[in-house]
Amino acid sequence: MAYSEKVLDHYENPRNVGAMDKTANNVGTGMVGAPACGDVMRLQIEVNEDGIIEDAKFKTYGCGSAIASSSLVTEWVKGKTLDEAQQIKNSEIAEELALPPVKIHCSVLAEDAIKAAVDDYRKKSL
Amino acid sequence: MSRPVYLDYAATTPVDPRVAKKMIACLEPDGNFGNPASRSHGYGWMAEEAVETARRQVADFLNCDPREIVWTSGATESDNLAIKGAAHFYHKKGKHIITSKIEHKAVLDSCRQLEREGYEVTYLDPDKTGVISPESVTEAIREDTVLVSIMHVNNEVGTINDIAAIGEITRAKKIVFHVDAAQSAGKIPIDLDVLKVDLMSFSGHKIYGPKGIGALFVRRKPRIRIEAQMHGGGHERGMRSGTLATHQIVGMGEAFRLAGEEMEKESKKLSALKQKLWDGFQSLEEVFVNGDLENSVPGVLNVSFAYVEGESLLMALKDMAVSSGSACTSASLEPSYVLRALGLNDEMAHSSIRFSVGRFTTEEELDMVITQVRHGVEKLRELSPLWDMFKEGIDLDSVQWSAH
Repeated sequence: MAYSEKVLDHYENPRNVGAMDKTANNVGTGMVGAPACGDVMRLQIEVNEDGIIEDAKFKTYGCGSAIASSSLVTEWVKGKTLDEAQQIKNSEIAEELALPPVKIHCSVLAEDAIKAAVDDYRKKSL
Repeated sequence: MSRPVYLDYAATTPVDPRVAKKMIACLEPDGNFGNPASRSHGYGWMAEEAVETARRQVADFLNCDPREIVWTSGATESDNLAIKGAAHFYHKKGKHIITSKIEHKAVLDSCRQLEREGYEVTYLDPDKTGVISPESVTEAIREDTVLVSIMHVNNEVGTINDIAAIGEITRAKKIVFHVDAAQSAGKIPIDLDVLKVDLMSFSGHKIYGPKGIGALFVRRKPRIRIEAQMHGGGHERGMRSGTLATHQIVGMGEAFRLAGEEMEKESKKLSALKQKLWDGFQSLEEVFVNGDLENSVPGVLNVSFAYVEGESLLMALKDMAVSSGSACTSASLEPSYVLRALGLNDEMAHSSIRFSVGRFTTEEELDMVITQVRHGVEKLRELSPLWDMFKEGIDLDSVQWSAH
């Protein structure tokens, strides 16, 4: 299968790989997917007092498209408010990375990861 | 640009240049291009002679009678002809068939077709290394069992089945025994004078012959009958009609002849290469052989690199051609049914890579391969949340995953 240049770029040079302290109150963690399905994404966001996402980190077990999708969204969420981040659509991710139909689920997973991370942060700050 | 190192010999092999030379001699206007079925002129006689020489070469290698070899288009056709052909011919004796869960799709799909026609099929489970135990065959036999089809060597993991023992069981019960030998011929000895196998499928392109040619061994003593699947001019004693492809047949004959001369030496070389690969991977943590390192063909090594997904690993292994048991590489979303049948969980099946070495593999190539694999696995584990969890001592089976 041929990968788009953008997928290859994110795969070769993944952005914002890493982990944050998931117990910290200003960190939201979203872990989605399952090993049995062949992909697991962990997306973490660090949110400042104004509700802006200051930093994001990810680690992903999955195919190149899954790695690229999660790497891409760490770039996209930075500087966004929580509401703005939650509005990122999987179709935008798929379009940006030129994902083929069989890989659309990777972009869905990345969208879910953002939502899960935001939800986790909000639960903590209640 | 140099091409990736080829490590997918279990999928197909290049044609040995010595084989290609013999094939070319059967194509051009000044060559042996005649129709082997033409009886009225020398072109036909010469082509027929070449076909019969090839038949003898294959038969010599297998220690059987040349009249027991039927040319087909490949192992898939041989499997179809054997299974459907025997089941149809013996349907009055019964309609029960025994096979295994890890057969090639050509066998499984032929059995599925027979199920649609009203036959019953028992699919045996392998043990965790990929062996179908002769005892499980005995237990599955019923009054109406007419056919047992078990592969000699599994294509994904390379494990060898004890077809000698299974043949004793089926012969005693007068049940037809078919063996798919596409992955074993030329890799390990096959002596059809000793083995109580009734039908055996072979492929040309797995042993340095051309694609598009195969053979089915059909035993004469005791005589095994099959119903033709391809009708036409009555070629191949009525079992498989169609003009014989002289150049393909000659290629397969020469490939089998060379295998006879070189198999023993080649096996030693391939075993050493496989060991070298495994030695190179072993020092990575959490690396597992799928199948059995000992009871397997020399060239095949199937490995799971835990916590690394197979397709992403394939991307890292860009200077080599290997295959993955992960679903992502194929159209289906299920990982390898063979690895699942061996008891691997989905995650380990997704993490598997098959390396298969062959006649033209060199030690130098493997040095590069080992370096790139180690580098790729380490890089992807750095990226893997599962690897983090493993390192933190979290049991992944205890986690509630959100399946999607």
